Amino acid sequence: MEISRRDLFHVGGKLLILASVGATLEQITGAAPPSEAYRTADHWWGMLLDIDKCIGCGNCVRACSKENNVPEGYFRTWVERYQIEENGQPHVDSPNGAIEGFPPATHPDLKSFFVPKLCNHCVDSPCVQVCPVGATFISPDGVVLVDETYCLGCRYCVQACPYGCRYLHPAKDTVDKCTLCYHRITQGLTTACCENCPTGARQLVDFKNPQDPVHEFLRHNKVQVLKPYMATQAKVYYKDLDGAVR
Amino acid sequence: MRRILRDWAHLIRPALVLMAGLALFLAVRAAVVPKGFGKYGHYRPGALEMIRQKPIAYAGQDTCIMCHDDEAKTRAAGKHAGVHCEACHGPLAQHAEDPSAHKPQLPDVANLCRRCHEKDAAKPATFPQVVTAEHSGGQLCNTCHQPHNPHL
Repeated sequence: MEISRRDLFHVGGKLLILASVGATLEQITGAAPPSEAYRTADHWWGMLLDIDKCIGCGNCVRACSKENNVPEGYFRTWVERYQIEENGQPHVDSPNGAIEGFPPATHPDLKSFFVPKLCNHCVDSPCVQVCPVGATFISPDGVVLVDETYCLGCRYCVQACPYGCRYLHPAKDTVDKCTLCYHRITQGLTTACCENCPTGARQLVDFKNPQDPVHEFLRHNKVQVLKPYMATQAKVYYKDLDGAVR
Repeated sequence: MRRILRDWAHLIRPALVLMAGLALFLAVRAAVVPKGFGKYGHYRPGALEMIRQKPIAYAGQDTCIMCHDDEAKTRAAGKHAGVHCEACHGPLAQHAEDPSAHKPQLPDVANLCRRCHEKDAAKPATFPQVVTAEHSGGQLCNTCHQPHNPHL
C-alpha cells in the first residue's frame, strides 16, 4: 500500500488528537496512584547521635538485642561511658555493653559523658572492601549488610572494621552486625534503638529526604564522625563529640 | 599445507587440556556463584529481600496509639511525652497483631526508673536525677509518681 503525504498527515493528526484527549482525561480522572513499594534509590540512611542527650540507660542496647535476636554477650550497638582526666587520659567502661545501664561513676569529679556506638554504615567501608566473596556490601540505600547465606565466616571484615562493630555469630558461624534495622526502615518504621531512646539522643536520618530534619540539624550544629582520619565516610554523625573518643 | 599441519599436531593436546580446564572453571563458577550475583553491585540481589523479610519485635509508637489513645494523651501532657510506649513496656509487635493472645507484662518498676533517673556524673546536668536510696527510702517510684505523667 502506498501512503501519500496527505494520508500520513490525516492519520497522524487523528492519532495526535486522540493521544491528547487521553492524556487530558487521565489528568482529570487522576493518574494511577504512586506505588507504595519501597524504592532503594530514594533513600540514603544514616544516624545522628546527640551525646548531650544520652543518659546511658541502655534502652537502645536492650531493644536492639530483642529486635534482632542478638546472642548474649554480643552487641550490635552498645554504650560507652567516658571519664576523662585533665591530661586527656580517658577511663572508658561499658559493663556488658550497658544492656542494664551503668553503675555509679567511678570518677565522679571528672568530665564524663556517654557515647552510644553502632555500625557507622560507611560509604567507603573497609569491611566491604576486604570481603573475599562479596557477602558484605553496601546497599543502594546506604546500609552495610551481610548476606548470611553467602558469608564464609573468615572474619576478615571483623578485623577490618575500625569501629569494632562486627562479630562472628556463635550459632550461625557467619558474621553479624547492625543492619540499621533494614527490615523496619524499609517499611516506614524507625530502628529499634531510635524507637526506644527515651531522650531522642539517637535519630535515624534519610539524607535523600528533603523534609528530613537532618538538613536543618547539620546546618546549625557542630558534628563529627568517629575516626575521621580513617576516611571511611561514616554516616553516623555525633553532635559535640569530645576529642578523647575513639 | 601438510608441513603446517605437521607443525600443529603437537599443539592439539595442550589445546584440549586448556579447553577442558576452561570448561571445568565455567562449570564450577556456574555452580558456586549465586543467581543474579552482580546485578546491582558486588552482592547477591536476593540478600536485600531476605534481610527485609525478618519479623519485627517492636510495633512502633503509631501502632500503640491506634488503640491506647487515652494513655497517649496522659503522657503527652507530662514530662514523659517524648518516651515511646515500648521503651518501658518492651517489644509488643505480637500484642499488636493479636491483643488477646499476647498480653503485655507490667514493667519491672524497681529497675526501670533507676536505669534512667539514678544519679550519675556522666548524665547531662539538666536531666532529672535522684539518688534512689535517699529519695524514696526503698519505696517503689510508682507509689508516688504516675509513670505516664510523672509529676506528683
